[in-house]
Amino acid sequence: MPLPPAITDLEQLKSHPAIAKLLAWNPVAVEEARFDRDEISIYINRDFIRQACVLLRDNPECPFNFLSDVSCVDWLPQEPRFEVVYHLLSISNKERVRLKVRLDGGSPAVDSVTSIWPAANYFEREVYDLFGVRFTGHPYLRRLLMPEDWEGYPLRKDYPVEGYR
Amino acid sequence: MAHLTPMPVLEPVEDRTMILNMGPQHPSTHGVLRLILEIDGETVVRMMPDIGYLHTGIEKTCEAKFYQQVVPLTDRIDYLCPLTNNLCYCLAVEKLLGLEIPPKAQWMRVLLNELTRINSHLVWLGTHALDIGAMSVFLYCFREREDILRLFEMVSGQRMMTSYFRIGGLALEPPIGFFERARDFANRFPSKVDEYENLLTGNPIWMMRTKGVAKITAEDALALGASGPTLRGSGVDFDLRRDMPYSSYERFKFKVPISTDGDVFARYMCRVQELRESIAMVQQALDGMPEGPIKADAPKVVLPDREKMKTQMEALIYHFKIITEGFAVPAGEVYQAVESPRGEMGYYVVSDGTAKPYRVHMRAACLANLQTLPTMCEGRLIADVVAAIGSIDIVLGEIDR
Repeated sequence: MPLPPAITDLEQLKSHPAIAKLLAWNPVAVEEARFDRDEISIYINRDFIRQACVLLRDNPECPFNFLSDVSCVDWLPQEPRFEVVYHLLSISNKERVRLKVRLDGGSPAVDSVTSIWPAANYFEREVYDLFGVRFTGHPYLRRLLMPEDWEGYPLRKDYPVEGYR
Repeated sequence: MAHLTPMPVLEPVEDRTMILNMGPQHPSTHGVLRLILEIDGETVVRMMPDIGYLHTGIEKTCEAKFYQQVVPLTDRIDYLCPLTNNLCYCLAVEKLLGLEIPPKAQWMRVLLNELTRINSHLVWLGTHALDIGAMSVFLYCFREREDILRLFEMVSGQRMMTSYFRIGGLALEPPIGFFERARDFANRFPSKVDEYENLLTGNPIWMMRTKGVAKITAEDALALGASGPTLRGSGVDFDLRRDMPYSSYERFKFKVPISTDGDVFARYMCRVQELRESIAMVQQALDGMPEGPIKADAPKVVLPDREKMKTQMEALIYHFKIITEGFAVPAGEVYQAVESPRGEMGYYVVSDGTAKPYRVHMRAACLANLQTLPTMCEGRLIADVVAAIGSIDIVLGEIDR
């Protein structure tokens, strides 16, 4: 079964409820969209992620009321280096959407979504712990899994698999 | 209202309160969970879970392995439901590859996943009851769990770390006599559930320890990311097996037990009814098990049969190549979620086109479920904390990864 090619043209994806809603609100916020392997990814400008999340959560036609996951990917040596990935789920519509924010490698920071979904608390702390991405507005941004005095961020690609000896 | 300000519990805020440390070595924390409690007498004022004692860096290790080599690592995340982890990871990679899995492999996966759910729920029921003081239930549950572990040993050679699923299908044909043993178990098991229920459901002590204890509303549970029986116990009717089916679950008939009370008893009832639904699904899987191959027709991904390797040149070449250099997966990303015994387990796999995953992230149901604990316990007694921990059924291996 060959894979169908990914759709990256924003015009073709306009019918998706999440993209339609975001485009109607602020076309500048949506940087890119991609439909691949039956999953939709939307790249959001980092300045708008909080408002975009509020908009998607409170959308009456398709409320994304459940934050499944927050994660991060390190694309070293590319710039922007980090991609913070949010997986949202609409329990009533049985629909998933993936939001992505690109961040520079220098001092990566993005707005926290803990005030929208309290579930983000541990997820964001984990990303901070393992990638060193700061979430501004998080009520208690401390290491979650690694010891408090640990140096470095283990899931970054420049961190050796065996750790520093 | 959900617990929004996770302020550290390090110093007592009032003169009359004190800080109590619970765990990480504590018999009722189900592993190495540490709780820092601020208590006023016997009442919990604030609570902060402290985790990370079992962090092994599995996500980092995955990036250094071939795709197939990751499967045994997934067993070790949630060690009470290894096959659910195997399934979730394999489905994610199969979606990346665009592989079609033959029906028999899909049905075997459902069969084993439902047995895994029963296995996991039995450990939960036994330890949960033990925490609250009902010793004998533990012994009853582990008696049936032993039967399930023997079934796992039959198919995979391992009791717990099964690693039985492969990308593209199953590792081996189920052995002769497996289906008879499984059917024998499925026939016996419903009466055993009656036994557990006789011991607990109507028991006045059990009801006093669980009814109205550690309540959480549906809004709070949703906001805090709870899933599985923890969410359904609060009245949200959502189950990934029914609502976003995978691996032929749409072909099975089952009810999704829910309860609206949101207390420990509600979550208990949800899981006990799930035991009955799961065994019914095991029956259905045994009745309707299709015939056919157990591996996808993809010679570059799936290891060839032993017999072919000895007779066909191509099979030998593919075997050598898959073992030595793995198989390349087209670039892309996939988030695959399955309903584990604890809730939504998700694997986010990113491929950059090489033979090793660029990133594997596990969405741990327990990590999100654990966030509900302060909301459940604050303002209640210390003894209720033990009941609440048991009722969200955490596995620290999955939380810390």
